[in-house]
Amino acid sequence: MTTITEARAAAPDGTARKLSYVKAFNEGLAQAMREDENVFVAGEDVAGYGGVFRMFDNLLDEFGPRRMIDTPISEAALVGLGVGAAARGLRPVVDLMFMDFIGVCLDQIVNQAAKMKYMFGGALSVPLTITTASGAGLGAAAQHSQSLEAWLAHVPGLKVVMPSDAYTAKGLTVSAIRDDNPVVVMLNKVLLGSAGEVPEEIYGIPLGQAHTARQGSDVTVIALGRMVGEALAAADELAVQGVEIEVIDPRTVQPLDTETMFASVRRTNRALVVHEAVTFGGLGAEIAAQIQDAAFDHLDAPVLRIGAPFSPVPFSPVLEKAYVPDRARIAEGCRRLLERS
Amino acid sequence: MAQRTSKKSADPAANQETAQVVKDLHERMVRIRLFETEAGKLMEAGRLPGFLHLYVGQEAVAAGVMAALRDDDQITSTHRGHGHAVAKGVGLREMYAELYGRVTGACLGRGGSMHINDLTRGMLGANGIVGAGVPIAVGAAFAARYKGEDSVAVTFFGDGATNIGAFHEGANMAAILGLPVVFVCENNGYAEFTPQSGHMLLTDVADRAAAYGMPGVIVDGMDALAVHRAAADAVARARAGAGPMMIEAKTYRFYDHQGVKGLRHPYRSDEEVAEWKARDPIDLLEARAVADGTATRAELDEVWQRTRDEVAEAIAYAEASPLPDPADLLLNVYSG
Repeated sequence: MTTITEARAAAPDGTARKLSYVKAFNEGLAQAMREDENVFVAGEDVAGYGGVFRMFDNLLDEFGPRRMIDTPISEAALVGLGVGAAARGLRPVVDLMFMDFIGVCLDQIVNQAAKMKYMFGGALSVPLTITTASGAGLGAAAQHSQSLEAWLAHVPGLKVVMPSDAYTAKGLTVSAIRDDNPVVVMLNKVLLGSAGEVPEEIYGIPLGQAHTARQGSDVTVIALGRMVGEALAAADELAVQGVEIEVIDPRTVQPLDTETMFASVRRTNRALVVHEAVTFGGLGAEIAAQIQDAAFDHLDAPVLRIGAPFSPVPFSPVLEKAYVPDRARIAEGCRRLLERS
Repeated sequence: MAQRTSKKSADPAANQETAQVVKDLHERMVRIRLFETEAGKLMEAGRLPGFLHLYVGQEAVAAGVMAALRDDDQITSTHRGHGHAVAKGVGLREMYAELYGRVTGACLGRGGSMHINDLTRGMLGANGIVGAGVPIAVGAAFAARYKGEDSVAVTFFGDGATNIGAFHEGANMAAILGLPVVFVCENNGYAEFTPQSGHMLLTDVADRAAAYGMPGVIVDGMDALAVHRAAADAVARARAGAGPMMIEAKTYRFYDHQGVKGLRHPYRSDEEVAEWKARDPIDLLEARAVADGTATRAELDEVWQRTRDEVAEAIAYAEASPLPDPADLLLNVYSG
């Protein structure tokens, strides 16, 4: 378990360097490519254009067309290329642009990349990294806004990380590339431009280790991806009212560090899980079930889940705002949990 | 339109080489035939769990292509993958042990028939998903070029697989990236139980190659030597950096889609099956070898006997092998 005391590198003048989420991702990827000659990037418009979200800016200049590959719009062949290259010892990074596009290549992710090591009796590893941009909030509508982590976390053999800020965007990306398993890096589109403190040197963040982003004694809030920032904002608001919530960022949803959650719930006796994905069948259901299984006697209230309603992501900004959970709903949920006892 | 291949050499040195190739092809085909016929008997006797998609009838394709490959060349296979594995040199013991679900199997009993692989032999796996091996072969070819090696990748698929997206995406990807991939369509005339005329309007699958800017050739898939010549050309071309190519081998499966005999509707006529069986690829090669003096009947019989012994020994090994321990159920879900 890491905590809020986690070391952050400071610039020589004592002030920490700030970098945007997307630049932090880019820096981590570039450093991982310098570290290992076997790392290459393939995807639609990743080389010449630098990625539609600027994720791959300047990488073609440094690494050239051998390691930065523009491909046709062929996600099945793209991921398959990554699987085959990984099976032959490379460390491919393939980019799916919008997470919604996994629908057209799910076989290669779920039936090939995820299962190959197991089905083959351990004869090989598939060190494949899949990067993609998820999340609502940009008016991109139902086919460009989803958070589909529950689909992937359900598949044995896959790992799934959800960077919640610039620091984790870099560190989780580096760890994903260094990992010997297929790892999906779910960047969040709304966070791309958000700045945070990011060490200049290469660093990894252990996969499967949750981070306690804020300590508190009244309610444990487990938040995924962009919801971590919303939960921290809710915490500020609640603190004014004398309520201290603990915010846990799992960082990795597969494998999931439940021990950090259980330890927190045993102290706070209340838990709330919040994610952008629809509530039904989401990670919140899994986390709630595991908490009641491991810490039932410590709970003063049922575990509360906050997610999106069971509908596609709407387009109109007024509908989209009503759809995506936010700090107000998290704060309200915490208050409801406290009213139970 | 795709070209039909027919090449014969008048050069004596080439004929000497051909004699060696014929013996190689024969041995590979006999190994496949005996492996599969015995596996079919074991299945019918209820001694093997799961499904078996047997390769009997199509041996000339696997043998012809694999005889043109090196150990470091990579292949991806299909649900009907035993023939490819045997021809690529995967051990019969490990294969039978896998069919029996034993811990000594090629997949430690975790994969079964449809996931047999051997990385040391460049066998990147059979595959339970139609067409899925195509992009994986493209990735293997990419890795070879990336590492500066001159190995090639061959992907096998059926006529039915050429209707799925992974095939089309993989073919275009290999073409645009100029990768050393040989696409081998084993056209056995049926996608499961649906005849080719019911799943595409084309007569020749090889015509699809043109859509991706690669050459496509058609070869008699019951003629191992013809398959081998076409494969050797395509492999040499890919190895030289000239990019991918497609071979369509017209062949036939003597058994059913799954198992040995069909259980339900007769989707193929007895006449059709008999016509193809009359062109048994092993009989054809043996007849030619004896007729042109490449091999004597006794030499060919010796191959059958030796292989029968090897198959019997491999089955005994599998049956004597331990079962996997349920305590190790989670082994190899993840690396590290």
